[in-house]
Parts: sequence; C-alpha cells; structure tokens
Amino acid sequence: MDTRVHDDPSHAGTASSVAGAREAIPISLIINGRQRHFAIEPWVTLLDLLREQEHLTGTKKGCDHGQCGACTVLIEGKRINSCLVLAVSRDGAQVTTIEGLADGDRLHPLQQAFVEHDALQCGYCTPGQICSAQGLINEGHASSGNEVRELMSGNLCRCGAYTNIAAAIMEVLDKDGAP
Amino acid sequence: MTSPTLTPTRIGDPVDRVDGVAKVTGQARYAAEQPADRLLYGWVVSSSIAKGRIVAIHDEDARAISGVVEVMTHVNRPQLPRFDHSYKDALCVPGSPFRALYDERILFNAQPIAVVLADSLEVARYAASLIEVDYERETHNTDFTVALADRFVPQDKRSGFEAPKNRGDAQSAYGAARCKIAADFHLPTHYHNPMELHATTVVWEGDGRITVYDKTQGPQNVQGYLSAVFGFSPEHVRVKNPYVGGAFGSGLRPQYQVYLATLAAKMLERSVRVVLTRQQMFSHVHRPEAVQSVALATDPSGRLQAIINDAATSTSRFEDYMETVCDWGLMNYACENASAEYTIARVDTYTSGDMRAPGAATGMTLFELAVDEMAYAANIDPLEFRLINYSDKNAMDDTPFTSKALREAYAQGAAKFGWSRRTPAPRSMKDGRELVGLGLATGMWDALFRQMAVHARLLPNGDLEVATAGSDIGTGTYTVMAQVAADTLGLPIEKVTATLGDSSLPESPAEGGSSMAASVGAAVQVACRAVAEKLLVAADQIEGQPLGGARLEDVTLAHGRIALKSDPARSISFGDAMSAAGLETIEVEDTPASRSGSSGQSRKSRNTHSAIFAEVKVDEELGVVRVTRIVIAVAAARIINPKTARSQILGGVVMGIGMALHEEALTDHRIGRCMNRNLGEYHIPAHADIRDIEVIFVDEPDPEVTPLGVKGVGEIGIVGTAAAVINAIFHATGKRVRSLPVTLDKLLDS
Repeated sequence: MDTRVHDDPSHAGTASSVAGAREAIPISLIINGRQRHFAIEPWVTLLDLLREQEHLTGTKKGCDHGQCGACTVLIEGKRINSCLVLAVSRDGAQVTTIEGLADGDRLHPLQQAFVEHDALQCGYCTPGQICSAQGLINEGHASSGNEVRELMSGNLCRCGAYTNIAAAIMEVLDKDGAP
Repeated sequence: MTSPTLTPTRIGDPVDRVDGVAKVTGQARYAAEQPADRLLYGWVVSSSIAKGRIVAIHDEDARAISGVVEVMTHVNRPQLPRFDHSYKDALCVPGSPFRALYDERILFNAQPIAVVLADSLEVARYAASLIEVDYERETHNTDFTVALADRFVPQDKRSGFEAPKNRGDAQSAYGAARCKIAADFHLPTHYHNPMELHATTVVWEGDGRITVYDKTQGPQNVQGYLSAVFGFSPEHVRVKNPYVGGAFGSGLRPQYQVYLATLAAKMLERSVRVVLTRQQMFSHVHRPEAVQSVALATDPSGRLQAIINDAATSTSRFEDYMETVCDWGLMNYACENASAEYTIARVDTYTSGDMRAPGAATGMTLFELAVDEMAYAANIDPLEFRLINYSDKNAMDDTPFTSKALREAYAQGAAKFGWSRRTPAPRSMKDGRELVGLGLATGMWDALFRQMAVHARLLPNGDLEVATAGSDIGTGTYTVMAQVAADTLGLPIEKVTATLGDSSLPESPAEGGSSMAASVGAAVQVACRAVAEKLLVAADQIEGQPLGGARLEDVTLAHGRIALKSDPARSISFGDAMSAAGLETIEVEDTPASRSGSSGQSRKSRNTHSAIFAEVKVDEELGVVRVTRIVIAVAAARIINPKTARSQILGGVVMGIGMALHEEALTDHRIGRCMNRNLGEYHIPAHADIRDIEVIFVDEPDPEVTPLGVKGVGEIGIVGTAAAVINAIFHATGKRVRSLPVTLDKLLDS
C-alpha cells in the first residue's frame, strides 16, 4: 500500500507562507552588560541567537521544548528558558548568561560553590542550573533544602548531581543571609 | 618555578574537578559549539513508518526555500561502500550495521531518511518540515512480548560476552524443594538521554582533511569508522571530543549524526553541523527491554538450593545486541544448583546497546527483587538471608576474587542506615499518613582494566602535561589523570595539564565499562615514572653527582625537586637536572604491561560490590512514592579521588531511582514509534525526587586487581539500586510490583 505521510501536518506549509518570518527585524539586547544590535528573523529563539550568532555557547540546548532547563538565562534578573523566547519579543531586554556571572577571573559565589561541592559532572546542564539558582535567589522564596529542590526541579541533570547542586545552592543562600 | 606553597597532590585526595571552572563559566565547548567558516546546518528528517521502503521523497518545496543548499537522500548521496565490514566499528555487535541514506529500506521508526542542509538552523528546520515522503509499508513488530515467541540463543557472540555457566541440577533441586518462589520480572526500554543532544561539527579543512567534533566516548573508534566508511585515510580524519555532555553508553558506537554530517561535508565539500532533536534521541541506541524469570528454592535454614535465572532482551532485526544479564545472580550467591538461559528477541527498532552497567543494571537488579521475595518466603530478614548465602568466591566460575569486601559493605551500610530499627512485617512502619518501607539490595560490576598509552611531557619549571586520546564524559578522567601524574612526580595538581578527547593522541579505548580510571591511572603512572627515570639519568650529569647515581626507589619527588630518602638535605631541582643534561623537555610515551597478576596465577575474578539500603515513604491513598533516603556502601578497592568518585556513585544511584520509579519508553505498537519521546513525558528524576543519598567507600585494599589497585566506580552505583527501592516499597505496602517502573497506578491497582 502506498501512503503519503506528513511527519507532522501542523508544520506543513509552502515557500510563500514563510516570507513574513524571514524579514529581518532590528532589535537590541544588553547581553552581559554589553549593548548588542541585531537584525533577526522572528523565528529565531533567544537560545539560538545566543549560541549561533553571539557564540555564547555556555547557554545549552538540551531539548528545545522548555522541558530540561539547560538553556536557562536571566532576563532582567528573572530566570527563563531561552529556547521558549523569540528574540524579537525581548527588544531592549537585559540578558545575563553564564558567561556574564563571573567578575573577571573571580568566580561568582554560585560558580565557586558548584566547583567545591562537585555539583557537576558532564557540565552540560551546569550553566542552566547556575543561572536558575541565581534566579531562585533573586526570587527570594527558597530558604530550606526542600524548597530549593522543589523550585530547581525545572533543571534536569542526567548525571545525577542533584544532592551536590542543592548543597551548593544552600551554601550560597546561607552565606547571603537570604530569606 | 614550582610554587613551594603548594603541596604535592596525592592519590586519595578529594581535589576539585580540574575541568570544573571551564564548565561553571560556560567556557567548555561541546560538539555543536565549535565554530567553522561557511558552516552548513543539517536537519535530519526522520521516517514516520517503522518498516517498509521509501517510494518517493518530495523535496521540491524544501529546495525552493532561500538558504537551502541541498537535500541529501539515498537518491543523491555520495557513493558508499557495499559490504558490511566497512561499517563495523570497534564496538560493533554481530550483524549488519545500520547505514543511513544507503537505500530505500526503512528498518525502524524515526530512521533518518534525509538531511536538509541550509545556511541557518531555522531555514534547515523549516525546510525539513516541508518534505513529504511516500512509503510502501510492510508489517512491523515492535512489541517485545510478541517477539519473545521467536527468541533465540545467539550463536555468534559479541566480543567480551560471557554466557552463563550452569552447575548442579537446578531443575531437580527446585522441584524437590518445599520453600521456593518463582516470578517474572520486566524492565522496559530505557533511553540514555544525556543532557547534550547527539551532535557533530565536521570542519572541512579544504586540503583533504577533516576535523570532526563529535559527541562520542571514543574518538579513535569514530576516526576508524569514518575512515572506513568514507574512504579517508585515517591520518586525514581527526576526531575531537574534549567535552562530552554525558553519554552513559550512547556514545560508545558511532551514532548516525556523525555519519550524516560527514557524508554531507563530503558531498558539499563544506563544514557541516548536525544536531539531533530530543525526539531523535529516542530513535537510536537504548537499553534493551528485558524479561527475567527467576525461580529460587531454599532449605529450611534459608540456604539456597536452586537458582534458575532465565532472561531475554530485545535487539534489532539487523544486529544481535546481547549483554550479560543472567550471570550476576549465579556469580554472587553460593548455591550448588544453578542454571540460566540467555536469549534475545528481534523487534523492528534500532539496535539496543550498552547503557550504564549493561546487563547488570538489568540482571542483578531484577534478581535482587527475587532474592527479597525468597527471603520473605523463607521468613528470614533480607540482610541475614544474603549473609547466609554469601559466597567468598565467584560461585559461577568457581574462581576466587582479588578482593570482595561485600560483607563489610553490608555491615557498614546497615549500621549507617539503621537497618536494625526495621520491623520485618510489611506495612508495619508508618510516619503520619505515609507507609514507611526499608529495603536492601546488592550490586555487582566488573573491575575492568584496558591497556592504553599516555604521553607525558615535563618542562624544567615543573609544568607537566599528560595526554591520551580517551574521553572524559563527566566521569572525572581529566582529574584522575592530573592527580595520578601529580602524585607520581610529587607536584601540586595545578602544575599538571591533562589533555583528552583527540584521536591524534596516544591510543586509548573508548570510555566505558568503568575501566578508565584504573586504566588511564596506570598508564599515567607508568609514563610519569619513565619521566622520573629520565630525570635521574639527567641528574647524574650534574658535576659531582650530588644524588650519587640514586635509583627511583632511593629518592622522593616533591615540590619540583628530587631528594635522597636517606639524606633529604641532598636534593636537586628538576630544572637543574634537565639543564645539566641539556634537556628542554622530557617526553615519554608509555603503556603499562598487561594486567598484573594474570601471568602464571590461577584465574581470578575482579569485581566491585555494593550494598544499597533504601527508605521510601508511600502515600497509601495516592500511591505516591518518595525515596527519602539511600545509603550505599561500595567496595571498589582504592579510590583515587573520593570527591569525584562519590559523584559517580550518586549519579548511578539517581539513575537507579529513575529506573525504579520513572523511566519507561512507551511505544505505540500500531505505528511502532516511541510516543513519549521528550523529557516532559519520558520521566527521569528531577531535583524534587532526590533526597538524602549517603555514599560509603569501604576499605578494600587490592593491589592485585589493577596496577594502581583501583576498581572503577562509574557503574556500580546503578546496579541494584532500583531493587533496593522496590524492595522497600514492598516492605511499606506489602505489594510486589514486578514490572518496572513502579508507578502509582501499579500500586493502587488491587
């Protein structure tokens, strides 16, 4: 039997229907404190902009569906899955990535704590975990280990470094005297 | 100069991971993150049927999109070799390896059938969505339970596979016994799902050479494979993987993304990057589905009289993947009568493959569920039951172990866990409205050692480089290498640079089987000792021979100086020795002798062991299970770095908890496709699922097992952990769930 099959009919379109998506739109972003100007197509995610155009590959792609948290960055201090953000929708935003956390050669306290607690193995989820942890601290909701575990659950780690990650975050929270 | 303030790093020190800073700052670059000029993005189109043939691929709409450079299919691809031998990588299994885009045949659902190449990721992705395919379908079967009717004992065995050996007469002993159990256990298909997507960047160097950044556990395996398949001379293919975002076995054999990226680069003579989607990560290697039938019998005192341990696992239609599933139970327990039969059954999927502790994670875990059932049937405490049936030797091969401190692991784990507070009856312990369960299981894995080569280079200022082609997939290999090198030459670890992940470096096997720390450690030590020998020869050039022609055993190396043991005041610096001999560097490449203790000795078994204790709390009304505490005591001989070794165990335990409660690939057999092919629906443990995990390394000196007395720890953490959790669930609820994972529907189902 011959059967014509679309892998996913919702994606089916024609060459002409995409014309609008390919018009470059000028935006600017402040990435790790530096003003950057882009002319980008609306279908470019913030994640792909960072990785493929800015070569800030510290922000990772683990699923592209907002399910793993590897792409977590801070926008105006709030943690967000950058794979779910179209870059054009954030014109003018302040974006902080893992590359923007350290102060020169001096590691950010979370980075230092992650190294000391061995809160990483392969390192691929690590930038997302650290950015997410900074977002968590900014939110000010977590003070106990249980709260940290609950509120970090959007960041998956297949190497299973969870207990060390939680310990690293708790150490920074305790030192900060955060709520 | 060597800083005198930095003390020498020793084997056994819990030093921080040396690649930690690169990883926490985002500077570590993985396979998809290497820049290349005029890079093309390849987007893989996957088949939507499980079996049949492609009649036509309609790619006109895709080609019409501005920015699309090519749509590569079986119709227009460059020439490929005809015979299977060209496609057989170093870790292949018997059969006919998969060849993407070779012809119109469809062998499994989501098989790669085309690659759209475009100048941007977005264009490639969009154009790929426009491709339509006409298929001629054939009847497929992806249902393992159906395939089992045709299961068979594979005749052509994969390298390293050990078939179980029977002893005594298990059937008769089982038949005659009065106290016995028999049950079938089921493990679903698991996908490795490292956080990093499988990805390759092929840099087209333009002079006939390619540099391939690949997500692999073995760059030299990929180099050999690409050379054989695509007709490159091996010296024109350089494969690099300095950072690997997890793999757990999925990077042992070359994956189809490296094949496709290289094929496209060759076709277009340009640099190409192919990154799989998370959905496509469910289209290739996986832990096979398994069914294990265990029958056990004891005498009235609880001594095992019979072990019957048959198992079958899934493989593809085109290759025979097999793993050591049945042997573990037969090796670990004393019992005069034991038998096992291992079979495989074919389904229309990609070939299954090694995933963390292949064979043992399945076979030992499911066996340990049966052991718990037997202990209850014999009315004996599960820990006591294991001690009654403890075997000091490998009970299947009748060989002694180089070491087996499992008894100590049971004792220390039980003490730390508080096993003695456990009341034996199921449902007898409660915490508020939650049922509490305490469970136990045993783990066992091989202590492997593989020969490999290391290059060492010392500079007069004490800077030391050690390099080999092997990989660090998050396991801590960089750290172990630097630490052993520092220990051997008496340097602080900051003076040592470890280099890995480059096929052009000295020969190394793929990172796998928990073999790397023991193997690379030995090779680094041998190479660094040779450096020290050369330093001593150089020192003899100094006028007056201040060290008096001392040999390596007569001196200590520390702080960049060589000192006489008998008179530590007499010492010279590395730099002075080298300049006396006119040396700017000392370079050595060396390989350790084959495994120590194997020559002239009777054969011995080399294994790691563990005792895992789990506490669970179960909400009786909702069936929700929480693993509130794990204590795992591991007997793995000498630990090079307790900090990174502990992380390896933690990671194995977490994956074991996922095996018990979460992980399961769900296939719609009507279309033959894994339906939960994303991380939202294929569940793995998240932060909230993981509470206290305590790791104990018990003392187990074993100079015989490997040259450094080291056993690997990458896999032992997963073996048996799921059984400890599920045995605890039984203790909490009185319910035996024999099909993993233990989801709440299975607990609530009465």
